[in-house]
Amino acid sequence: MQTGFDFTVIWTNITYFFIGRFPHGALGGIALTLYLAIVACVLSFIGGLFLGLMGISHNRFIRYLSTAILNIIRGMPLLMVIFWMYFLLPALLGKTVSESWTVIMALTLFTSAYMSQIVKAGVEGIPRGQTEAALSTGLHPWQAMFYIVLPQGLRNMIPSFVNQFVSMIKDTSLAFIVGVSELTHVATQINNRTIIYPTEIFFFIAVVYFIICYAFTSLSRWLEKRLAWRK
Amino acid sequence: MLKYQFDWSVVTSGKYFEWLLSGLSTTIQLSLVSVVLSFLLGLLIAVMRMSSIKPVRWFAHGYLEFFRNTPLLVQIFFWYFGSYKILPTVINDWLNRTNFEFGAAVIALTIYTSAFIAEDIRSGVRSIPKEQLEAARSSGFSYIRSMQYIILPQAVRITIPPLINQFLNLTKNSSLAMTIGVMELTYQARQVESYTFKGFEAFTAATLVYVVLSIAITIMVTYYDKIVLSPMKAR
Repeated sequence: MQTGFDFTVIWTNITYFFIGRFPHGALGGIALTLYLAIVACVLSFIGGLFLGLMGISHNRFIRYLSTAILNIIRGMPLLMVIFWMYFLLPALLGKTVSESWTVIMALTLFTSAYMSQIVKAGVEGIPRGQTEAALSTGLHPWQAMFYIVLPQGLRNMIPSFVNQFVSMIKDTSLAFIVGVSELTHVATQINNRTIIYPTEIFFFIAVVYFIICYAFTSLSRWLEKRLAWRK
Repeated sequence: MLKYQFDWSVVTSGKYFEWLLSGLSTTIQLSLVSVVLSFLLGLLIAVMRMSSIKPVRWFAHGYLEFFRNTPLLVQIFFWYFGSYKILPTVINDWLNRTNFEFGAAVIALTIYTSAFIAEDIRSGVRSIPKEQLEAARSSGFSYIRSMQYIILPQAVRITIPPLINQFLNLTKNSSLAMTIGVMELTYQARQVESYTFKGFEAFTAATLVYVVLSIAITIMVTYYDKIVLSPMKAR
């Protein structure tokens, strides 16, 4: 053992850990972590819905296209997706993109691939009779999907979505690499400044992540049980 | 948008090609070492999680929940920057003389992945009928031995596809080791980009390697499912 532990470093920087320089400067810390996770989660839900529906399309080419996109995204490390976004987005849009949005777009693209699998499984889990009944009452295939199948499927997907949100919170830590001041980045800053408390600092943020993620994991398990019970 | 001049020769030959190659070799080494260690550790934790001794079970449960619900990056930083305070001086001195970046990455990847592997193995064991364990116990095997000879060999066979997926995840996750200076594939791709400004080529090369690896593994799993698992279920 080198020295004892001294957790006062956490206490003296507690507001910085939670909200960064806000309200005198940019939002950071845990608040930014949650913000990134929530925005990217909402966007990747939409992306996942889109990709998932492409995957069950009757058009063979659309189906192949979605499989190709999925395989490429799922074969890449998230870090690689972030680097791609970091230098492709400005080139494609012709203007600079903030680091936060670079990360949000990367997380969205990456997680959409996983979300689409959940959507696909959810839709396929609804009995075919439902679609047939909807079609025979005169609904258009799109209407059958959006009014009959998806609303039922979505309910079964909720626990998996919550799990995906947990992964998303963990994945936001990679925003550190492009300098977005979320929790992990804030921790490395404080570590660089104080130098002698790395154990305390990284243990503390590990616990913070754990508390947030474990709460959502428990929520997802509870939802799963409730859904199973309702059936 | 500026006109971008493609120059693929940067990544197909010469010094930068060698950088990428050495990066790939580090990625493979890092993944292989962590794969073996995390499988062994995961097996141990899975057995502990199903133990009949309460404290052992609780310890394994806490271990699983903690390491699965914490970002890998934070774990890497913890072991790399923070482990010196919880390790004896002798080990610290030894670590400082060796390639500690690689070691810290192996420790973090192993512990993180072992938690996921343990859960996969546990659900594999659950799918083995209870009577098997009871029969083994009643014919005189101890708990450990019946696990070793009866339950685990069957469970592992069922668990192989999810396990292979975990190993694939591990290979992708090993890219995070670049944050503490391990010169693996992603690190080298970025290095090539900053030396040549040929980011598109460098990232394409690295991405291709990862994607080919992952598609190859996916195909292997699909075949394994067809050839080994389907006949097992049909029996």
